[in-house]
Amino acid sequence: MRQQNTSLEAHGFESPTTESSFSSSISSSSSATDRRLKALARHLVDSSPVMDSHSQNPNDTVSPSPTSSAFHADSVFAHLVRAPEDPILGVTVAYNKDPSPIKLNLGVGAYRTEEGKPLVLNVVRQAEQQLVNDRSRVKEYLPIVGLAEYNKLSAKLILGADSPAIQENRVTTVQCLSGTGSLRVGGEFLARHYHQLTIYIPLPTWGNHPKVFTLAGLSVKTYRYYDPATRGLDFQGLLEDLGSAPSGAIVLLHACAHNPTGVDPTIQQWEQIRQLMRSKALLPFFDSAYQGFASGSLDADAQPVRMFVADGGECLVAQSYAKNMGLYGERVGALSIVCKSADVASRVESQLKLVIRPMYSSPPIHGASIVATILKDRNLYTEWTIELKAMADRIISMRQQLFDALRARGTPGDWSHIIKQIGMFTFTGLNSEQVAFMTREYHIYMTSDGRISMAGLSSRTVPHLADAIHAAVTSFA
Amino acid sequence: MKPKPPRINIIMWRFMGSRLISSTRCMSTSTKALSRFGWWDRVSPAAKDPIIGVTEAFLADTNPHKINLGVGAYRDDEGKPVVLQCVRNAEAKIAGCDFMESNATAVGSKLVEESVKLAYGKDANVVKEGTFAGLQALSGTGACRLFAEFQRRFHPESPIYFPDPTWSNHPNIWRDAQVPVRTFQYYHPVSKGLNFAALMDDIKNAPDASFFLLHPCAHNPTGVDPTAEQWREISYQFKVKSHFPFFDVAYQGFASGDLDMDAQAIRIFLEDGHLIGCAQSFAKNMGLYGHRVGCLSVLCADAKQAVAVKSQLQQIARAMYSNPPIHGLLLVSTILSDPETKALWVKEVKVMANRIQQMRSTLRESLEKLASPLNWEHITNQVGMFCFSGLTADQVDRLVREFHIYLTQDGRMSMAGVTTSNVSYLANAIHEVTRYN
Repeated sequence: MRQQNTSLEAHGFESPTTESSFSSSISSSSSATDRRLKALARHLVDSSPVMDSHSQNPNDTVSPSPTSSAFHADSVFAHLVRAPEDPILGVTVAYNKDPSPIKLNLGVGAYRTEEGKPLVLNVVRQAEQQLVNDRSRVKEYLPIVGLAEYNKLSAKLILGADSPAIQENRVTTVQCLSGTGSLRVGGEFLARHYHQLTIYIPLPTWGNHPKVFTLAGLSVKTYRYYDPATRGLDFQGLLEDLGSAPSGAIVLLHACAHNPTGVDPTIQQWEQIRQLMRSKALLPFFDSAYQGFASGSLDADAQPVRMFVADGGECLVAQSYAKNMGLYGERVGALSIVCKSADVASRVESQLKLVIRPMYSSPPIHGASIVATILKDRNLYTEWTIELKAMADRIISMRQQLFDALRARGTPGDWSHIIKQIGMFTFTGLNSEQVAFMTREYHIYMTSDGRISMAGLSSRTVPHLADAIHAAVTSFA
Repeated sequence: MKPKPPRINIIMWRFMGSRLISSTRCMSTSTKALSRFGWWDRVSPAAKDPIIGVTEAFLADTNPHKINLGVGAYRDDEGKPVVLQCVRNAEAKIAGCDFMESNATAVGSKLVEESVKLAYGKDANVVKEGTFAGLQALSGTGACRLFAEFQRRFHPESPIYFPDPTWSNHPNIWRDAQVPVRTFQYYHPVSKGLNFAALMDDIKNAPDASFFLLHPCAHNPTGVDPTAEQWREISYQFKVKSHFPFFDVAYQGFASGDLDMDAQAIRIFLEDGHLIGCAQSFAKNMGLYGHRVGCLSVLCADAKQAVAVKSQLQQIARAMYSNPPIHGLLLVSTILSDPETKALWVKEVKVMANRIQQMRSTLRESLEKLASPLNWEHITNQVGMFCFSGLTADQVDRLVREFHIYLTQDGRMSMAGVTTSNVSYLANAIHEVTRYN
């Protein structure tokens, strides 16, 4: 291609080689070096600051030097220190390194079968096969807001198919990258358009929550949630803290199966929370990562969200299909914002696009296509609910077995919280010293806050865990 | 981590060719009407994305002659999207496999390994010695955004320099990462080629150690690329100034049809010892647009530093979306690591690049045959998916309204949307709107 280069030509330098095709090769080192020498010579005459060893005789032929070492500069990122491992994912890293045959990974909240293997749901396999076999399918960009069909189906799943908010077009739903992505997009939207830039998160909460919201531009505060004495809900503390939050503050609520504690409010307690929040104009932001996983019923697990939507007020909901469809790696989720009117919902959607486009342009097609395929097909949907209930039931069974095993060993303490807590996680109440002991002596991997993923247990491994807990509790009272 | 300041009354600039379009975003500050009108009453409707908005308008048009020259997505000669055969082969291999969660890290690493070989050359020192931090990313946009956030975190005062013009989403990405944006001269509107002298001046005049974004081939939106010789001069001047080169590699293979040739600029910088950053996208060259597969790599002084940099990048990703989707990563690493499938891919890329080059020639010839008063050499001089036609906004409007031909306001045409059956119609339309100027 011919390029204009008038000023260099005017100064008497030869014009750069015009190339109508990219046929000139850079493989021949001598011709490449020759051109570099000419370029260098030009610059040495032209400008004063000159590199290193070539500065002595500007007009002499410069001798070629070996490529990478001569000009090797220091990195502009040399001052970086290594970031700490993510505490949750770091557990799996440590587990993988351990050579012991009796090791047990109770870290990440990913479902495992009774055989300790990851599970690809049958309905997912079927859906994927359908997609692969359909030769008319293409891989074009999804719209910024994602797959339309998927968005509608997701909203129905969490809000209920007969939700008036949906019927009145007051809900905008955008496909996002699993729960994390939905929370981040929601957080960034709030940081730009909402008037109260503080979000209250429960104490404790998923380790990634504060980071996501802080980087989104919100300031993070906490409200009391877990009571270590009862290993249950600190309901009074919760009401007090939300009661004293500034009007309009955002409040993060775990829709069900609280992570990491497994402690959920009762329906009556949810009603009280709802009334308090609405009276103080606090904005609910639900994180729904376990719909269907907690009780085994999709509708029951969505109750708290639906209660808030039923009163006509506004809220945000982040959904994830990582656990309930086993689509962890495909990053499938959705953010729904329930608004007062269809007009507002439409404007909100347009602003959500401005958050998404500079982040990753548009969401990935594969996972959402699988979900849409399943949700819209009556048979696949039914089969899914059965597989989901089976996963939830297995976890409930593990809880019972662990509780029974500790009782059988006469392990000191009240362990009933194991069967009272709900969802994938149990907050055992073990302290970090006891946890470290269990990892060292029994090769049991869990987060240092004492959280265990029940999904990582099987009938075969429950005795081993019970032994470890027993030893830890009796060694470090 | 300090929270970002509230964004009140921020003026948002978007570059549209030589015109600037601004829009203001207002932040709701009053709470009194909340209970009646809700939280979002004051949210104003956002302006449509200039590129994606074009496709939306095209889809809504019912005219049978309509042509979409908006988004840079490849079409075959029937105007249809293409799923490459190598992709179908890879997909059949991986469908329904137990990859969904457990192997995510291994798959990501494989993708990074194969991606950097592609960009840097499999025999490059950095590849052999592993002195780079690499992370799978959400296509090119995601890789750029990760780097922008990383740049802001570790060089908080540094701006980024973009070529003028550049892809319209680049300023949005760095702005959302809170990095100030600057430009350097690039395109010469009169010659419709490279303004090399001005480019070199701007590189020299920028403060030392500035961050620059470079398009290594098939510049978007202009299709104007420096020659190898010019790249060498740019590289040299970057050394003098200690600038940081960040390459956005969206079209490797699409410029010349040859993957190595299209990476020439990168290899030149590597030879000169620059520690570059690189965003790679597999959207176009593998036709994996919707899967969001890409790779971010940052070259480091040594392996230890590479570990540190990677860990920081992972942290940034973790608070945004954790990981990119595994399906796309699997597809790309399957294709690149299997010699037969990779050879098929290389062929298919060449076919796509050739068809575009063919359409360029045909369009130019057609305009010349119509005795257009204007010079259309730039159609075949420019490279890659886009042609910066030089059409004014008014002329573009006429193309849209009168001829149902959709392209962005800056006159950028995606040649991938041109086919043997619509090229005459297109040439006639362009001739119509330009003949009396």
